[in-house]
Amino acid sequence: MTKTGAQILWECLEREGVKHVFGYPGGAILPAYDALKHSDIHHILVRHEQGATHMADGYARASGEVGVAVATSGPGATNMVTGIATAMLDSSPIVCITGQVGSKLIGSDAFQETDITGITLPITKHNYLVTHADQLARVLREAFYVARSGRPGPVLVDITKDAQQSSCEFNWEAARPQLPGYRPDLSPEETEYAQALELIHKAKRPLILAGHGIIVSGAMAEVLTLAEKAGIPVALTLLGLGAFPASHPLNLGMMGMHGEAWVNHAIQEADLLLALGMRFDDRVTGNLKTYAQDAKKIHIEIDPAEINKNVKVDVALVGDLREVLKELLPRVESVDHTEWLDSIDKLKGDSAVRDVQKLPDNGHLYAAHVINDLWRETRGSNTVVVTDVGQHQMWEAQYFKHEKARSLITSGGLGTMGFALPAAIGAKVARPEAEVWVIVGDGGFQMTMSELATIVQEKLKINIAIINNGFLGMVRQWQEFFYERNYEATPLLNPNFVKLAEAYGIRSMAVTERSQVLPSVRAARDHDGAVLLDFKVEQEDTVYPMVAAGASLNDMIRRPSPIVETAADE
Amino acid sequence: MLNIFVVYVENKPGVLTRVASLFRRRAFNIDSLTVGRTEKPEVSRMTITVDTNPDQAKRIEANLYNLVNVLLVENITHEPAIARDLAMIKVAATHEARSHVLELASVFRARVVDVAPESLTIEITGGEDKIDGLLEVLRPYGVVEMVRTGIVAMRRGTTSPSANPNQTKTPQVAADEGVSYSV
Ligand SMILES: Cc1cc2nc3c(=O)[nH]c(=O)nc-3n(C[C@H](O)[C@H](O)[C@H](O)COP(=O)(O)OP(=O)(O)OC[C@H]3O[C@@H](n4cnc5c(N)ncnc54)[C@H](O)[C@@H]3O)c2cc1C
Ligand SMILES: Cc1ncc(C[n+]2csc(CCOP(=O)(O)OP(=O)(O)O)c2C)c(N)n1
Ligand SMILES: [Mg+2]
Repeated sequence: MTKTGAQILWECLEREGVKHVFGYPGGAILPAYDALKHSDIHHILVRHEQGATHMADGYARASGEVGVAVATSGPGATNMVTGIATAMLDSSPIVCITGQVGSKLIGSDAFQETDITGITLPITKHNYLVTHADQLARVLREAFYVARSGRPGPVLVDITKDAQQSSCEFNWEAARPQLPGYRPDLSPEETEYAQALELIHKAKRPLILAGHGIIVSGAMAEVLTLAEKAGIPVALTLLGLGAFPASHPLNLGMMGMHGEAWVNHAIQEADLLLALGMRFDDRVTGNLKTYAQDAKKIHIEIDPAEINKNVKVDVALVGDLREVLKELLPRVESVDHTEWLDSIDKLKGDSAVRDVQKLPDNGHLYAAHVINDLWRETRGSNTVVVTDVGQHQMWEAQYFKHEKARSLITSGGLGTMGFALPAAIGAKVARPEAEVWVIVGDGGFQMTMSELATIVQEKLKINIAIINNGFLGMVRQWQEFFYERNYEATPLLNPNFVKLAEAYGIRSMAVTERSQVLPSVRAARDHDGAVLLDFKVEQEDTVYPMVAAGASLNDMIRRPSPIVETAADE
Repeated sequence: MLNIFVVYVENKPGVLTRVASLFRRRAFNIDSLTVGRTEKPEVSRMTITVDTNPDQAKRIEANLYNLVNVLLVENITHEPAIARDLAMIKVAATHEARSHVLELASVFRARVVDVAPESLTIEITGGEDKIDGLLEVLRPYGVVEMVRTGIVAMRRGTTSPSANPNQTKTPQVAADEGVSYSV
């Protein structure tokens, strides 16, 4: 059947299972928009193309399905760059469709021409420039396949205006992907399994390092079985939170720069690290020279390029985590690690989390209290929290306990401020039945707050909690520790967020006291439209503990006057 | 040490940019890179030399494989292999010097490919050491211009990766004028 490139585009997307796209029109993509009327795909009009990419990303992280963003050429395409890089660093599967000037004009500096495939080459898993309609179906099939398979990532497809307008014979079956060099399906050798098992059975002080790859692979049940069967405690990366239930007795919590002290101490004392779908980011390891020196290391990881990148490992099992664990589990023997678990329990008395939870109400509102109360109130419900970047992001990781995979969405690798609000829109569109909470700083909120209009236009029930400390808090914290409290360019003069929300027709209230936290959260949950809560918190509060950049993992900056108690309390 | 990679890639526009961009982004320093056709029109072959250690060499290989258009990577540093560089050297050779230069060229089994009143152009093929050696002895006469191709390399013996189906799926790439993988 003969179709235009524009029609082929939407039909291919439908066949890939796409129900929603996030986009913004312009000249070079107009033929595609014109053809949208023939499609069942719901287009969500964003307010900035960066928002579209974060929405696609949030959609992907909430659902595991590929998220799609659409933009025009030139400025539309370049506005996507931050969102593409964000998805790349966190291995999130998105497909970005951009319009391009006519193929005859390429290279002529035509109006709104940019070399977007050149620009995004190092921040995409792969990208394409399509100049003929008859290539489009195959390229789109390849794009979705590459985005979602192996180690997922962003793929960009740039389509010239004439390729959208011209017609050709459309045959989906015949347009099979042709990727002779692409091998997403690796698996370990038998000898590597044997070596791994030997290390696991010999270890006295083993520790699982649980990463984002568990969630990508859907290996939550297998990891739980492994931990329980072999009696191994579990530490999580920021992006791994939710991959192992927070309430499980073997769960230690988050590792790394702002991880709990006991977790980092346990890592430094371990004699075996079992790294599952995590990439030893520098925020996780601290100084590499002193990192877990007594430990043998096993790395189960899908991307061979991650092996020995930062940390040299003793055994690497390269493959999909779930498949590898399925092979490994029947051969894992149960081992008793009571002594090791008891010694970690003793470390637990020393807790930054407890320090804040036990602080008496002294009239100040602490972000930690807000987030902890929010967790208590929403406990047990189908909640997705989307955080931005900064202090509030770390407090969320510390004080909100995640039981399930895909219940926390945050920008880890790129640390993109402005991510949370649009990513939450994507998450809500992907999972309308979920209760979506945005936890965002007063700085990051103002980077993409224009997407409030998208929330309203799409009638989305999203709850927004601004942790308003009047500062670019995390940067202020670095200035406090490392730049002699010279608060240069970090104090914020903010607008009235309540009035701002109201201007969009969003219900809103400011909260200044701890006693108001729970009532405001309940009111937000009861309201059937979007709600924005402006939590005016302590301005100069600090995230503890902290491993300074370049310091050893067990060399943490601690709260000056800690409350040290036993490990028994919650 | 100098590692020699033979890299088979899909013969498509922009693939060289992808490979070069990868080396730049990961801060792997290319010593030389050559690219050309193979016995199959849809496949190009690169020889890339990089001064690096064994661990990083493995990472380079893994990162190359992560490029969708890369078909096969072989590190032949420790394999029996033939590595050749080609150089053209233009030497200032006036009447008196001419016979000396010709003699040196013949000692190195190099060929004279152009003769001008004031210069001779010599073509030499061989390992890098041999070419360096010739350059050394020609320098006193005055090297006016010089160009080297960089190393191309091939394993010894009859094995070829495209003959071994376990190592690579035989590339079936359609002629593909509508798609450029980068500009
Ligand atoms: C302000 C700030 C502070 C931070 N502080 C911390 C901190 O204290 N602690 C912390 O942990 N992080 C922290 N981070 C986040 C950190 O920068 C990294 O993003 C995070 O540690 C990465 O986690 P990860 O390795 O689990 O996930 P990713 O970076 O997403 O890596 C996932 C890994 O799993 C692999 N994988 C994917 N799919 C599969 C599969 N199917 N099978 C097997 N493997 C697979 C991938 O190849 C990849 O190597 C912070 C970030 C910010 C912005
Ligand atoms: C786009 C972007 N610009 C700059 C930074 C550097 N940065 C990291 S955290 C931070 C402060 C965030 O302030 P705010 O959003 O108010 O959150 P808080 O730390 O106060 O909770 C900044 C500026 C960044 N991560 N992203
Ligand atoms: Mg702030």
